Amino acid sequence: MSGIPHDHYEPKTKGEKWLNSRLPVIGLVYDTLMIPTPKNLNWMWIWGIVLAFCLVLQIVTGIVLAMHYTPHVDLAFASVEHIMRNVNGGHMLRYMHANGASLFFIAVYAHIFRGLYYGSYKAPREVTWIVGMLIYLLMMATGFLGYVLPWGQMSFWGATVITGLFGAIPFIGEGLQTFLLGGPAVDNATLNRFFSLHYLLPFVIAGLVIVHIWAFHSTGNNNPSGVEVRRGSKEEAEKDTLPFWPYFVIKDLFALAVILVVFFAVVGFMPNYLGHPDNYIEANALATPAHIVPEWYFLPFYAILRAFTSEVWVVQIASFVTGGIIDAKFFGVLAMFGAIAVMALVPWLDTSNVRSGRYRPMFKWWFALLVIDFFALMWLGAMPAEEPYASFSLIASAYWFGYFLVILPLLGVIEKPLAQPATIEEAVKANYAKQNGGTNTTATPAE
Amino acid sequence: MSMIKKLTVSAIVALGLGTSAMAAGGGDQHIEDFDFSFEGPFGSYDVNQLQRGLQIYTEVCAACHGLKFVPIRTLGDENGPTLPEEQVIEYAKQFEVYDGDLEDFRPALPTDHFPESNLENAPDLSLMAKKRAGFHGPYGLGINQFFKGIGGPEYIASLMTGYTGEEKEQAGVTFYENTAFPGGWIAMAPPLGDDSVEFVDGHDADLHHLSADVSAFLMWTAEPKMMARKQAGFAGVIFLTLLSVLLYLTNKRLWAPVKRKYKTDV
Repeated sequence: MSGIPHDHYEPKTKGEKWLNSRLPVIGLVYDTLMIPTPKNLNWMWIWGIVLAFCLVLQIVTGIVLAMHYTPHVDLAFASVEHIMRNVNGGHMLRYMHANGASLFFIAVYAHIFRGLYYGSYKAPREVTWIVGMLIYLLMMATGFLGYVLPWGQMSFWGATVITGLFGAIPFIGEGLQTFLLGGPAVDNATLNRFFSLHYLLPFVIAGLVIVHIWAFHSTGNNNPSGVEVRRGSKEEAEKDTLPFWPYFVIKDLFALAVILVVFFAVVGFMPNYLGHPDNYIEANALATPAHIVPEWYFLPFYAILRAFTSEVWVVQIASFVTGGIIDAKFFGVLAMFGAIAVMALVPWLDTSNVRSGRYRPMFKWWFALLVIDFFALMWLGAMPAEEPYASFSLIASAYWFGYFLVILPLLGVIEKPLAQPATIEEAVKANYAKQNGGTNTTATPAE
Repeated sequence: MSMIKKLTVSAIVALGLGTSAMAAGGGDQHIEDFDFSFEGPFGSYDVNQLQRGLQIYTEVCAACHGLKFVPIRTLGDENGPTLPEEQVIEYAKQFEVYDGDLEDFRPALPTDHFPESNLENAPDLSLMAKKRAGFHGPYGLGINQFFKGIGGPEYIASLMTGYTGEEKEQAGVTFYENTAFPGGWIAMAPPLGDDSVEFVDGHDADLHHLSADVSAFLMWTAEPKMMARKQAGFAGVIFLTLLSVLLYLTNKRLWAPVKRKYKTDV
């Protein structure tokens, strides 16, 4: 794989040859593990392993939780308390699963923003990026479905609000919402199908993860310099790369262990930090909570959803032009999904032929602003829908779209990129020269 | 390394802003910061306090409120009130439960749960200490949870001590002014006062002590496995810290030849 010249698996023993001619599975594992990997990958390239770990953690803890959970409106809340009180280690399973979802999203956001900065989405890695975005969408769906299962107040009202978004679609919305809920309102049928889908989707994600890895193993990894690995000969390629095992496996495992120290501290000492106290109140269709807020990982997009009220002129124009078909609510829904769509389309919106943000002096600043914008939206999503938060949300939403739809296409034309290293090897050397404070650069003329 | 840290920290800070803000909006409630023995990673339940809290719950709260998610047998669990077995059996007998097999009421057994609330408007107390947040700080970050918890027991205790003595009637219902309750007026009459309960060992029974004791008990009913959880947390943190150190050293050694080559090359 990867088109980078490297040693492939050669069956040696008789048994290996026998198996290899029938099913080349050892070769597949060998080539996957020994894939030549750019030697300059920095610490932002560790999130993939963290994500793979999270998926396994969630599936393993989730399967055991499902053995003790009952998806029925009268029993779901009590069955979660049963897990917390009576199941051996059940309290740890549930807290790890709940906080595992948060770790999953911290990792995926870090992973996505790394890709956005280093241009990992650019040719020839568009398919990797698109598959990644599909995985991210499915993660959000799975996270939302899972949050409904404990059947607390936030579960119930979150489900009501989010499925209501589909109800905002003109003409088919109402029917679609009823179809999703299995009835006119969130009820037992909803809980049943959400449980079923919450169990199914992680395996779809696992399948897409394999495609995601396949895709970037075909193109080779991107790297902080954005320069491609030389493929002229094996010797040349080896100057730019190191095999994934053991160099990057050990490095990634070290990073994972450090992250898990923090994870266990949260699970052990403040497991409800990222939860909402209201979800310890059993679902009640007759009592609306004062404040319905989604989980933290949805907040940036929730802020965008709420930003477009009927007072915003863009919304008024859209409503006027479409004869009222696009009202404020539907506009908000379109904006929310649009915010993710523009991110998915970034390979075609970014016109610069320089891959890494490291060599793009103007891009750097706009990107930093995008990161700030993301956290600002997250904060605004948790605030009540009133001034001044409403105006801030609108500005922050505008920047999100502006970055992808205006700034990125323009930057490629007007920006003058810095000189890029010719090879990854040179990028590494330059890095060490910088680390040594330039003292060794006097030695370079000898080369 | 520093990058991961920075990212994790900034992510956590951002989340803190989110969660704390979510919980806000309850008005200007006054929550007193009680000092409980179970706060922080090293905190643990005080068995005597849990037993006093159980007595207060049984003699006062249970008249109206239930604990329907709590099995009576767990009163004998370690890290809980830790009652001896025969006392648990004896304790259970005071409750009448409906038995579907007998089609009649019978005295409760330790395997039964505590009864549900007697009054329709009295909320079940099993999870009260987790469904009310007392703290959101510092600066709305909510990270003092690490040391103090979410302030649920503090909320309950502040509610017990927060009555001002003012009353008002609305649509035939009497409301009592309370500085801890969202909105300031609560339908529950002050349940505890000085010496409403008498302890056999003569422990202090003023309002402040009673409030703290019953709140500690309700923290236990909400989170009976807190000690096991903290132990698992320590095991995880210590083991993984050790693993991190070993992996750090392995990684350093693994990459040393690669780095040396470039350092001499340059």
